[in-house]
Amino acid sequence: MAPLSRFKKTSAKTLKLFLMVAVTFLGLLLITFLIGRVVPIDPVLAVVGDKASQEVYDRARIAMGLDLPLWKQFFIYLGSVLRGNFGTSVLTAKPVLEDILRVFPATMELAFFATLFGIFVGIPLGVISAVKRGGFLDHISRVVGLLGYSLPIFWLALLALMIFYAKLDWLPGPGRIDIFYEGIVSPVTGFLLVDSVLAGEWEIFRNAFYHLIMPATLLGYFSMAYISRMTRSFMIEQLRQEYILTARVKGVAEWKVIWGHAFGNCAIPLITVVALSFGSLLEGSVLTETIFAWPGLGLYLTNSLLNADMNAVLGSTIVVGSIFLGVNIFSDFLYKVFDPRAR
Amino acid sequence: MKKICLIALALILCVVPFSMAKTPKDTLVMASRLDDLITLDPAEIFEFAGAEYAANTYDRLINYDVDEVSKIYGGIAESWTISDDGLTFLFKIRKGVTFASGNKLTADDVVFSLQRVVILDKSPAFILTQFGFAPENIKQTIVKVDDHTVKMVINKPYAPTFFLYCLTSTLGSIVDKADVLAHEQNGDLGYGWLKTSYAGSGPFKFKAWKPSESLILDRNDHYWGDKPKLKRVFIRHITESSTQRLLLVKGDIDIARNLQPVDIKGLAGNKNIVIRKKAKGAVWYLGLNQKNKYLKIPQVRQALKYLIDYKGIEGTILSGKGTIHQAFLPKGFLGALDENPFSLNVAKAKALLKEAGLEKGFTVTMDTRNSEPTTSMAVAIQGTFAQAGIKLEIIPGENKQTLTKYRARKHDIYIGRWGPDYMDPHTNADTFARNPDNSDNAKAKPLAWRNAWAIPEMTKKADAAVLEKDAAKRAQMYLELQREHQQISPFVIMFQDIEVVAERANVKGFILGPSFDSNFYQFVTK
Repeated sequence: MAPLSRFKKTSAKTLKLFLMVAVTFLGLLLITFLIGRVVPIDPVLAVVGDKASQEVYDRARIAMGLDLPLWKQFFIYLGSVLRGNFGTSVLTAKPVLEDILRVFPATMELAFFATLFGIFVGIPLGVISAVKRGGFLDHISRVVGLLGYSLPIFWLALLALMIFYAKLDWLPGPGRIDIFYEGIVSPVTGFLLVDSVLAGEWEIFRNAFYHLIMPATLLGYFSMAYISRMTRSFMIEQLRQEYILTARVKGVAEWKVIWGHAFGNCAIPLITVVALSFGSLLEGSVLTETIFAWPGLGLYLTNSLLNADMNAVLGSTIVVGSIFLGVNIFSDFLYKVFDPRAR
Repeated sequence: MKKICLIALALILCVVPFSMAKTPKDTLVMASRLDDLITLDPAEIFEFAGAEYAANTYDRLINYDVDEVSKIYGGIAESWTISDDGLTFLFKIRKGVTFASGNKLTADDVVFSLQRVVILDKSPAFILTQFGFAPENIKQTIVKVDDHTVKMVINKPYAPTFFLYCLTSTLGSIVDKADVLAHEQNGDLGYGWLKTSYAGSGPFKFKAWKPSESLILDRNDHYWGDKPKLKRVFIRHITESSTQRLLLVKGDIDIARNLQPVDIKGLAGNKNIVIRKKAKGAVWYLGLNQKNKYLKIPQVRQALKYLIDYKGIEGTILSGKGTIHQAFLPKGFLGALDENPFSLNVAKAKALLKEAGLEKGFTVTMDTRNSEPTTSMAVAIQGTFAQAGIKLEIIPGENKQTLTKYRARKHDIYIGRWGPDYMDPHTNADTFARNPDNSDNAKAKPLAWRNAWAIPEMTKKADAAVLEKDAAKRAQMYLELQREHQQISPFVIMFQDIEVVAERANVKGFILGPSFDSNFYQFVTK
């Protein structure tokens, strides 16, 4: 292929990707904006409260631009977002961006460790139950998976707190960190684990890590259930293929057949599975965050939505949307790396 | 494989018992709900968490006794005199008061703080502007006489306690003029800054606020009165009642503020925990919209008052968090009526409905916020209404959602909770028993307006009561007003709130007042 046409192809692809991202965002913003305006909650109420006089109420309404036609409101909002201004949250009296930078790392830490747990427990469990289909471990993993799908997380979370915190004293209670350590480490990245290492405060690192274990494991349990079930079905599919038979006939070691040949081919679709489950953890952890008093994005988003704090809702939506989109693009990219057919 | 082993090892290490650390001796750790803390500016604060914050970090001109609200005593104002015509108030400002910043507090700060409330005109400002203060006249009506004397002139000869009680509310907090003005931007009187910052002189000073996460207060070493023993108060935002309970039992918090009845019951008998109660000013009520063709019939309104199992709800649903109360003034207020004439009486209700020609019953809806105890109360009411053939359809919604509908007068029945804005009886008379203009675009929209209840006569009576200078006579007027209101109004007033706190047994001295702006941490020891 001539270099020029390759260049053309690449730039066309980039342009296409860019357009796709732009359209996705515009759609995301428009829909969220409209939902925010259609819900029967008066956004002025969140600002002035129930008892304000009519004058105060009217003034706030005009200040918020709510007297303008809907399309005008949307374009004004779009304009300020393009200039990097996400507005101020009425609930926290702080710029939305600042709020998100504060709550998002808490959620990221949780989602990251939850996904790690999901991967490192879910995948082996899935592979083993596929190989030893109908075996003891397969049944166990089916039960575990079923529970993971069906148990309400808040119930499980409370139970875990009762056992590991209240009765056994193995793990600390709700919150990101013990109050002794609160405010000692100044936030650089917002990730407590990272910040404490940067500050050389190992005691705080340890404390924060201990605080993470329970919520992350619980949250991870649910992605583990999903990942292990998916792994199992991908593996069963692969193990049926003829190249597996060939490999076995050739005398390749069984663990190599399983982990090298069969699993190697499962890894590709699994990337999408893991990426999607990570994405859903970002906003799907509201209940975990509530029980564990974990000041994360899920809680922030829910609270903002229930108070019609639209700047905060739109800002958070953009963040979650970007991550979803980023994760998707990244998993597409990984596909291309690992799967020659997708190139 | 190696990786998996490493992770496994890490997981095993985690199981090594975690040594628990209890709360520090000089720090009070409290679990509470902070989601309604949306501003730290006393000129704007109007919610529970905010009122409690300001009460502990700012000084107000005047305070009231938490056990006997009728006793008013000086705070920043040492004493005061009232002119014979009842219009001019002279306040002597206490000497030797210093802000946390180190600045001296003088009459300038007092004048500035109150003028600022009027000029900014945020939600609670009406508490002051109802006395005729306005941005146009404020320079003449609230003035400095000398460094330690302030003069205020109100527009009508109200009962003097009315004005004084209004000054005991959060907006009577005195802010540090120099500090606030140093942070002024575009003539905003420091509003943009103080919303998330602090300029007060109270026993505690503001240290840090992470919205919906935590609030930290430190002892103010410049405080003029009894300095707190505690060095720090740490309030953690925890919404879940069961989480608060777990933390309290483990000793990771000293006080739990928002326990549900089931958790309060669960703590009974625990020697390490003490449960304390204090009646608060808020009342639970049903608002019956007079635009509804059934609800506007007097006999129907009366019948509904007999169709609520007050005792049952008090015992099983509120279980300690509320007490039966059927008048619009909460117990503890001047002139509060302590008569509860209604109880569940289906036969009587049926007779009343028959009189109204509705013996077959009818169907109405009730907008209900989907949180406890509102939901359980609604279900109980649905059950007793049904006994007289009234089909109650519960429309669940989020708090702000049901409120939006209520404020637009689009409900049939609304189940709600109303807290007084200040400790004078006019606060609730103003909203439950006054409706100067019942038209859709009225200027004032009190609860009576929200339920489309046109009451020119009763409005006059309420207006007369607030002008009565003799306290005993005034109390009598409110008693009469409530008796009439209780019988004819479209408000089914049911319960008065009780705040329940659970404390570790070693915690002493947390003062619970009748309002959130009189919950004090100053004397806490542990």
